[in-house]
Amino acid sequence: MTVEANDEAKGSDAIIRVRDLVVAFGPKTIMRGLDLDVRRGEVLGFVGGSGQGKSVLTRTILGLVQKRSGKIEVFGKDLDKVDMDERRALERRYGVMFQQGALFSGLTVKQNVQAPMREHLHLSQRLMDELALLKIELVGLPRDAADKFPSQLSGGMIKRAALARALALDPELVFLDEPTSGLDPIGAAEFDDLIQTLQRTLGLTVFMVTHDLDSLYAICDRIAALAEGKVIAEGTIQTMLSSQHPWVKAYFRGKRGRVLALTRDDRHTPAPARGL
Amino acid sequence: MHAKPGFAVERAGDETRLNLGGDWTLESGAEMERASDSLIGAAAGARAAVIDLANVERMDTGGAWLIDRARKILQNAGVDSQIANARVTQSTLLEAAHWRDFEPPKPPPSHPLGDMLADVGASVVGAWHDLLHGIGFLGESVVALLRALARPHLFRMTSLIYHLESFGLRSVPIILLINFLVGCIVAQQGIFQLRYFGAETFAVNMIGILILREMGVLLTSIMIAGRSGSAITAEIGSMKMREEIDALKVMGLSPMDVLVTPRLLALIVALPLLTFLADMAGIFGGLVVSWGYAGLSPDAFLDRLKTAIGFNTFMVGLIKAPFMALVIGLIGAMEGLAVQGSAESLGRQVTSSVVKSIFMVIVVDGLFAMFFASIEY
Repeated sequence: MTVEANDEAKGSDAIIRVRDLVVAFGPKTIMRGLDLDVRRGEVLGFVGGSGQGKSVLTRTILGLVQKRSGKIEVFGKDLDKVDMDERRALERRYGVMFQQGALFSGLTVKQNVQAPMREHLHLSQRLMDELALLKIELVGLPRDAADKFPSQLSGGMIKRAALARALALDPELVFLDEPTSGLDPIGAAEFDDLIQTLQRTLGLTVFMVTHDLDSLYAICDRIAALAEGKVIAEGTIQTMLSSQHPWVKAYFRGKRGRVLALTRDDRHTPAPARGL
Repeated sequence: MHAKPGFAVERAGDETRLNLGGDWTLESGAEMERASDSLIGAAAGARAAVIDLANVERMDTGGAWLIDRARKILQNAGVDSQIANARVTQSTLLEAAHWRDFEPPKPPPSHPLGDMLADVGASVVGAWHDLLHGIGFLGESVVALLRALARPHLFRMTSLIYHLESFGLRSVPIILLINFLVGCIVAQQGIFQLRYFGAETFAVNMIGILILREMGVLLTSIMIAGRSGSAITAEIGSMKMREEIDALKVMGLSPMDVLVTPRLLALIVALPLLTFLADMAGIFGGLVVSWGYAGLSPDAFLDRLKTAIGFNTFMVGLIKAPFMALVIGLIGAMEGLAVQGSAESLGRQVTSSVVKSIFMVIVVDGLFAMFFASIEY
């Protein structure tokens, strides 16, 4: 999220590069030779049916799941070849927001946000307090939420608090696992806006697993669709709409997708609506 | 890798120009904090200050916050200060992380003595509420038990058997071992001390009475409080955390019937059985040590034991067992249902369940001792 990163044009340099990834649990193969690029400064929406392994891919990139074979590069470094120290240094450069928030239930929101700072940085307590409150305000939580415990927060507030914690170390790359799931449409739209604002302000690269068609239309620069253990389609929303893959067709041009495709098409996409 | 955050000072008349350089990112941590503090020192006393960002290589929200904080502090000190040559992205960051007053809320004034008294008062009130709540809970579970008796076809037999196995059968080895060892120790100490009076054989009386009346049931109850009471609290507590208890309620099932009654009954059945085994193991331990240490043959030991104890000695211990089970089960279930949302709360309730049930087991044992003494049983 450094300024320098933001100054660079949204170039084609990949911040995450996955090549020929195979992940399997016992006899069950989840990823069969998957390739994926996440480019610096973009919001990549990652879609796929339930049980297709969206979370597994995220967790593999994060190193929480072991892969069978293939190569994963994050920030240009092969994750198999880095030592522990380098790995820690890399981990500092990304933030993760888990689907259920995964806030530490024994800590207040402020302490949750400070937890990564306390581990990785040498800051005075005053600065940590100020930065935690700043992050809490950036994600749109009221100030009095800072001293509440996760069990006292609503679902939407937990998502925001989790985002604040993901941003604690000013990461360059943020993983969001279904950030708008479980939110009402208004809350979800607000959250989309929030992600977009933060992405622009802080120059983030966002890897977002989502089911939310609205989010895909509203904030994703590119979309990657996962099926059969591979990325079957990758590109802008227009690419998705014109894809002939049956699953992608069903997803983006099914009952739910069609309405959105219609309304969005005549609003701001240069390409003509295809065959709708 | 990254350049240290720093700055150069340029003075032109009463205007100070601070040319910042390096990386103003959180990686620099304390260095960046020191640099921002010395910014204030460097410009203090000037009429105007310009914070020039032209040479700043990288900046994040932490850097932006510190720079803007320094600017604001200078402003408040009467130095007309502003930020210059910020790139677009830097201005965006400075805008997002602009200084704002995060005055920490003042902690309420504290009086050490007053706080202590208040704490004592609060725990007395808390203990009183616990007691009332416990009596209420006892009532509820008696009603649930009666309901189960009235409609036995609704009773959860599978659950009862399952818990009998986990509370009863699976604790047999540890209960036997502990009581055997305690029997050995009591025998050894008794023989050793009574030898001074030439009354070694009276150690058998002591072993018999102590194990049957007190030690057997007490040790078993304490073991079960630690082993099964905590399991009850943890099981019910984690169900409470994941809203499973609420799910039961909305299905029209009472958590009392589904969760508490089978566990309570299983404990009430299992604990006397375990106590019997504990008694036998303890006496066997005593027998082994008397034989090996004092040369008292098993036959002589048993003869002596027969004259020393009566059936009532045995019953005194056994009668207490179901009551101990009730106390352990009630406290375990009650603490489980008191769990709140957090993992920490689960840990706290499990701890308090074990502590409270062990405490109550000993209190109940004391009450029984008084009762049996007064009826001379």
